[in-house]
Amino acid sequence: MPGMSDPDRPAVAAPSRRSVLKAGAALGGGLLLGLEFFLPASARGATGAGQPAVLNLFVAIGPDGIVTITSKNPEIGQGIKTSLPMLVAEELDVAWNDVRVEDVPLDARYASQFAGGSFAMSLNWDPLRRMGAAARAMLMATAAERWGVPVASCSTAQGQVRHDPTGRTLGYGALADAASRRPVPDPATLSLKAPADYKIIGQPMAGVDNPAIVTGKPLFGIDVAVPGMLYAVFDKCPVFGGKVVSANLDEVRALPGVRHAFIIAGGTDPQGVVSGVAIVADRLWRANAARAKLKVDWDEGPYAGQNSAGFSDDETLLWAKDAERVIRRDGDVDAALAAAAHTVIDVRYAYPFLAHASLEPQNCTAHYTGGAVQIWAPTQNPGSGRAIVAKTLGIAPEKVSVRMTRCGGGFGRRLQNDYMAEAALISKLAGAPVKLVWSRADDFQHDFYRPAGFHRFSGGVDAAGKLVAWKMRFTTFRRANGDIVPWGEFVADEFPARLVPNLLADMSTIELGAPTGALRGPSSNGLAFVANGFCDELAHAAGRDPIDFALTLLGEPRVLPISPGPRGAGLFPDSPSYDTGRMRAVVAAVAERSGWRQRPKGGATGDVRTGYGFAYYWSHMGYFAEVVQVDVARAGAVTVRKVWAAADVGSTIVNPSGAYHQCQGAIIEGMGQALGLEVPIRNGRVPITNFHAYPLPRIGDTPEIDLHFLRTAHPPTGLGEPALPPVIPAIVNAIFDATGKRIRELPVKSRDLALT
Amino acid sequence: MGAYSILVNGARRAVEADEDTPLLWVLRDDLDLKGAKYGCGMGLCGACTVHLDGRPTRSCVTPLSAVGDAPVTTIEAIGQVDAGQRLQAAWLALDVPQCGYCQAGQIMTAAALIRDNPQPSDKDIDVAMNGNLCRCATYTRIRRAIKKACGLPYSQDS
Repeated sequence: MPGMSDPDRPAVAAPSRRSVLKAGAALGGGLLLGLEFFLPASARGATGAGQPAVLNLFVAIGPDGIVTITSKNPEIGQGIKTSLPMLVAEELDVAWNDVRVEDVPLDARYASQFAGGSFAMSLNWDPLRRMGAAARAMLMATAAERWGVPVASCSTAQGQVRHDPTGRTLGYGALADAASRRPVPDPATLSLKAPADYKIIGQPMAGVDNPAIVTGKPLFGIDVAVPGMLYAVFDKCPVFGGKVVSANLDEVRALPGVRHAFIIAGGTDPQGVVSGVAIVADRLWRANAARAKLKVDWDEGPYAGQNSAGFSDDETLLWAKDAERVIRRDGDVDAALAAAAHTVIDVRYAYPFLAHASLEPQNCTAHYTGGAVQIWAPTQNPGSGRAIVAKTLGIAPEKVSVRMTRCGGGFGRRLQNDYMAEAALISKLAGAPVKLVWSRADDFQHDFYRPAGFHRFSGGVDAAGKLVAWKMRFTTFRRANGDIVPWGEFVADEFPARLVPNLLADMSTIELGAPTGALRGPSSNGLAFVANGFCDELAHAAGRDPIDFALTLLGEPRVLPISPGPRGAGLFPDSPSYDTGRMRAVVAAVAERSGWRQRPKGGATGDVRTGYGFAYYWSHMGYFAEVVQVDVARAGAVTVRKVWAAADVGSTIVNPSGAYHQCQGAIIEGMGQALGLEVPIRNGRVPITNFHAYPLPRIGDTPEIDLHFLRTAHPPTGLGEPALPPVIPAIVNAIFDATGKRIRELPVKSRDLALT
Repeated sequence: MGAYSILVNGARRAVEADEDTPLLWVLRDDLDLKGAKYGCGMGLCGACTVHLDGRPTRSCVTPLSAVGDAPVTTIEAIGQVDAGQRLQAAWLALDVPQCGYCQAGQIMTAAALIRDNPQPSDKDIDVAMNGNLCRCATYTRIRRAIKKACGLPYSQDS
């Protein structure tokens, strides 16, 4: 990720597009199946009589046949603690009821222990099935040896090996210890099941932590308790980049329960510990009560004058100048615009900063002692966390142990581990284990925001309805050193590049003090809106149906190769970056399921104006097309009535329960972004303190959602994110259909849609 | 600091804490009942919902000194009453949680709803549950699970 450069971080720890390229190269195919996954012989077997026998890094089997499968990736609500063990269990050929899932800490042997980019399924689909298959092969070989029969005459089912000619069976529990002491099989010899034989993959499986969740058991970071633990709060400057000058520490130290109050000078990297005041008390409530009495004199630094309105003005000034950088130039866009049959010229789109607002605020428990630190944290990216903690404390990364807890939401926020570094440092300075808990205001005011963006478009369509000219100026943000802010980049292959013969994309930048980062469907969650909104404008200008316009643009089914150079969009070196045939199919499917061709003409019935909108986007290797029906009330309030989504994420939906759930959640989240969410910056700070100022969707806002997965002959890919981006422009396009009002700036403001 | 005695999940518990300490932190940090969650501290998200004298109550804005003799029921004990038990079963059957952080509060609010209104309409559900934020937006399944717990027909994923 731009701006993240921890030398100790494994290449796979941060799911930026570029680092995942590396991850794809490192983890693709069977390359992952090295000795570390199989474990050396000394680490296999049972630890004692009656104990489970460890067959490899992922599989242990008890004498009772109960199978323990390790869950290596952070669980943030995406369901990975259920879906990855399903892969192992399927090829191991056991009953899901006999499986127990066990969390493991950060451990280099597991590789790719992060939750981001919807990559976990892509990265683990092959290796984890093979680890199940490897353990099964060892169990079969053991049984065949006991019976003195060829392995080929044996089969498995439901945790048993069967000798087919005689019908004899042996349970895995009786074989596991001996099997675990056999040589490990050659990964190349492992055979995997045909999809028709799946018994677990493809079945809806409930989350393995659900029983603990519905009974209130401690699972989350905020639930961690350590003997002797104190509670910490950390007060940072509300202006990004500000520093403590002085604070009334003596007064705070005298307050009930306060054990320590100190200033941390901090650094300038928001990924680490920045300047602030730590208060450590015997109870969290007392730490917070003391914080209410804290008075800090801040040096607000260079960004105290920044405002959202100022950024908008800056963009207008920059638009009058040449771009700072050309991103991509194909053909001759000005000539094509001049020759086009239909054009839309110089329209401006904008989207705001957004917060993650995970319901569990940032928190971390840390215990520094004797030059080493133990961390318990809700984190999406523990490897990066270890590196930043080591750097903050000036200790070696191997002195930092990280246990990942269940995360009360992630959405990209917990890819950064600033709270982890804070807790580690406060524990060291306080000389005690501490639990740091951010307030909701801290969480809103010290986020890594989805960067805002501005786009100016001109486009041209020929007489046949084909998009022939596309000109875009992107105005994004930069750091003081000139680097583009994290997730403010624009890749040269972004839609509709490679589909339009004459295209110019260029960019300019505004300096920004606020930290930025990935929010679910990063980049795509803004870019899908502007590109699909403008396509809808062009379709209407050309008198074309928006879906016909899309199908014409996509053209013949083909794979568009990744453009050469460092700024191409490739996610995986061995994956097609954009298959127009797959996209055409989901567009056709959503048209069919939504009854698009027969839909009522948009317009008013009494006081309610109804409309339908369409959009499509490829992100995180998933192909999604969506249709939305909205109602717009007389006063301008927008209600999303129904969403139809068609998706292609490959051959297999590993866990249909999780898959539907992720898509439903992403669609509702996108709806919230379209209709209400915005993080303003005022005087260098974010004025939001709580949920009243950040209107996330509530149950009454929930639309009916019709979701359809196409099954295609491609490896399965992830579903945490790709359903989100297209729903935003589909809503905006539906509002146009209903009202004739073109929304070019998010969030939609109902006052703009009111009938006067 | 003051000494208090409060009735939690049927047991009388002695607590020593400052009188303005919210019930939420007493439950979590003094009584080790971690099911009620901190989300906002202002009664805006519902993650901290418990029953106080049977009413769904935001424990993050309920001072310890205001609890008095009113019985407190938390997610840890809601399965001991019929409505809670049916909701927990429905939540498991329909795989309602995503991250799970809000779900204790959701179930506590729903338990009061279906105890008082055994056949809630969609509108009744939306009104009763509107104060409980689910950041993962599991609302579709929350609706279904409440209906399932009440023996009402509910929609399926399509």
